[in-house]
Amino acid sequence: MSALVDIAPAPRTAVERPLLEVRQIVKHFPLKGGLFGRTTGTVRAVDGVDFDVMKGETLGIVGESGCGKSTTARLLVDLITPDAGEIAFDGRRLGPDLTLTELRRNVQMVFQDSYASLNPRLTLEDSIAFAPTVHGMKDLDARRLAQELLAKVGLEPKRFAGRYPHEISGGQRQRVNIARALALSPKLVILDEAVSALDKSVEAQVLNLLMDLKAELDLTYVFISHDLNVVRFMSDRVMVMYLGEVAEIGPVEAIYAQPAHPYTRALLGSMPSMDPEKRTEEVVLTGDPPNPINPPSGCRFHTRCAFAEEVCSVKKPSLHVRATRGHLASCHVGTPGSGHSLSELPA
Amino acid sequence: MTAMDLIRAPAPLAPVERSPGYWALVLKRLSRDKVAMLALLVIVLLVLAAIFAPYIAPADPYKSSMLRRLRPIGTPGYPLGADELGRDMLTRLIYGARLSLLMGITPVFIAFAIGSTIGVAAGYIGGAFNTVVMRTIDVFYAFPSVLLAIALSGALGAGIFSGLLSLTIVFIPPIARIAESVTTQVRKIDYVEAARASGAPGFTIVRVHVLGNVLGPIFVYATSLISVSMILASGLSFLGLGVKPPEPEWGLMLNTLRNAIYVAPWVAALPGAMIFMTSIAFNLLSDGLRSAMDIKA
Ligand SMILES: Nc1ncnc2c1ncn2[C@@H]1O[C@H](COP(=O)(O)OP(=O)(O)OP(=O)(O)O)[C@@H](O)[C@H]1O
Ligand code: SF4
Ligand SMILES: [Mg+2]
Repeated sequence: MSALVDIAPAPRTAVERPLLEVRQIVKHFPLKGGLFGRTTGTVRAVDGVDFDVMKGETLGIVGESGCGKSTTARLLVDLITPDAGEIAFDGRRLGPDLTLTELRRNVQMVFQDSYASLNPRLTLEDSIAFAPTVHGMKDLDARRLAQELLAKVGLEPKRFAGRYPHEISGGQRQRVNIARALALSPKLVILDEAVSALDKSVEAQVLNLLMDLKAELDLTYVFISHDLNVVRFMSDRVMVMYLGEVAEIGPVEAIYAQPAHPYTRALLGSMPSMDPEKRTEEVVLTGDPPNPINPPSGCRFHTRCAFAEEVCSVKKPSLHVRATRGHLASCHVGTPGSGHSLSELPA
Repeated sequence: MTAMDLIRAPAPLAPVERSPGYWALVLKRLSRDKVAMLALLVIVLLVLAAIFAPYIAPADPYKSSMLRRLRPIGTPGYPLGADELGRDMLTRLIYGARLSLLMGITPVFIAFAIGSTIGVAAGYIGGAFNTVVMRTIDVFYAFPSVLLAIALSGALGAGIFSGLLSLTIVFIPPIARIAESVTTQVRKIDYVEAARASGAPGFTIVRVHVLGNVLGPIFVYATSLISVSMILASGLSFLGLGVKPPEPEWGLMLNTLRNAIYVAPWVAALPGAMIFMTSIAFNLLSDGLRSAMDIKA
């Protein structure tokens, strides 16, 4: 073998393939009612959502209550099956190329309610060891792993392994839930409001732990929260959802500095800023989001949007590229040729 | 063991501090409940009496005597009197504990096993399976238990076995309904979701995460049915549908003595008092267990 082969550059792919690709996923929940449990309506919880998660990044997902964040999360780990659309992990589509078991080894989830996420009858060690045992690890090895993970999330195994969930604090429980999610060595971890129920000081500690673990274990996160400050702190990119759809997605700086979608602007406007100088007198969001059972026609935000025009209630906007690369928003404003009077202006 | 084995053997896990588990706590709380402990004492004494009946009973339960019919309580040689055939009441009450406890407890335990299986499966699987199973159960549940028990043992014919069988069938629907509703609640809790997300098969999830959280409440409910079962079993015997004479059984004794109620009222009331006391004891123990289990753990 010649020495030349060794120094030949490795072939490089031009664009890196995303770790997770989500294409047009849809989840509608039938509303049962009436005497015989007939379907009386449909909740369009997630209605054609597209996004990618790159390896090693944190994608933040924000939006008001009921906009479909948790449903999206549950779709990603296949706790519920999508009605339509595709999910691919590491370039392999779930179903044809990727089994459910493989997906579950690679994608794990941390839930909001730290207490409800742990079986009250199991010791913390047993809760963490459960998944590895299911996947064929020997009992003793699984317990050893559980104790290592407890140490990794900052809980001394000797003191905590044999305890029950009700004996420890909320922050400690959420650390256990993180350890449990890591027990299968997943590549992607979905954090659905994982710190939202914690006190501010505890929240900061858990966020730091998450950052450390991410660096140490090469993790990728999908970080769901309604706290825009926390999402800004954690995320590389942010996706804004409104009534089951993507309103805007892009790099965190672009979203926070130049939000392109009126909804994002309103959300950021209602966000308590740390700096009183920066507190904008901008459009503030009023009222509750409309019902996802009968979402508004055209742009779903038109009932609350300060820029709404006739075209908005007729024509549905689609995700369109903005000034920054990788920044897309779904609004007629700034989308050339959309028919909105502000459409030609740079947003 | 060779040196190589020693090197290869994984280091044993360092011991960790362990908290008492849930059931250890429940038992501790139950043991501090004076009423429940008294009830337990009564039940244990009855069970011991039933087991050791031949050794402690003063007489032969079947030996009758035309001369000593309906002796009152306190007659020498007949501490609790004699029944309508002159048989020693104390002896027959002690022997009666055997069949009465058997008829009271066995159907509930068999129904607990079967009903829990049905209810947990329906609750965990959900969907159309749940609907079909639970509607079928509801058909049985719609009958009053007394009527159902009488109808079933009427159809099956008198005898201990048919009595046990019909009572078991009577108790399966209520237990299955409780099991289904508790399981449906537990199934929605995040730890079951997390277990599903870990890729565990349904059977494993039920074994590890569901049963431990549902069997306790179902069991408490089942223990509260023991008194009902005893009373129903006595009722069947009273109607001539359960145990047949001359077997000593409290319900049957109540029946055969009922004509003597004006002659020897105290003696005639004794089997009823035993049924009453035993069912109260089971109910108090069940209540104690229920409150002992009511801890956030
Ligand atoms: N299993 C279900 N059956 C029926 N409707 C559901 C179900 N799960 C969610 N929904 C509905 O779907 C919509 C989206 O819910 P989802 O939980 O995804 O919102 P979310 O963005 O996570 O909100 P939150 O911030 O309150 O957690 C809501 O209107 C909700 O009521
Ligand atoms: S499309 Fe129209 S209604 Fe929707 S956000 Fe843009 S301007 Fe507002
Ligand atoms: Mg949610």
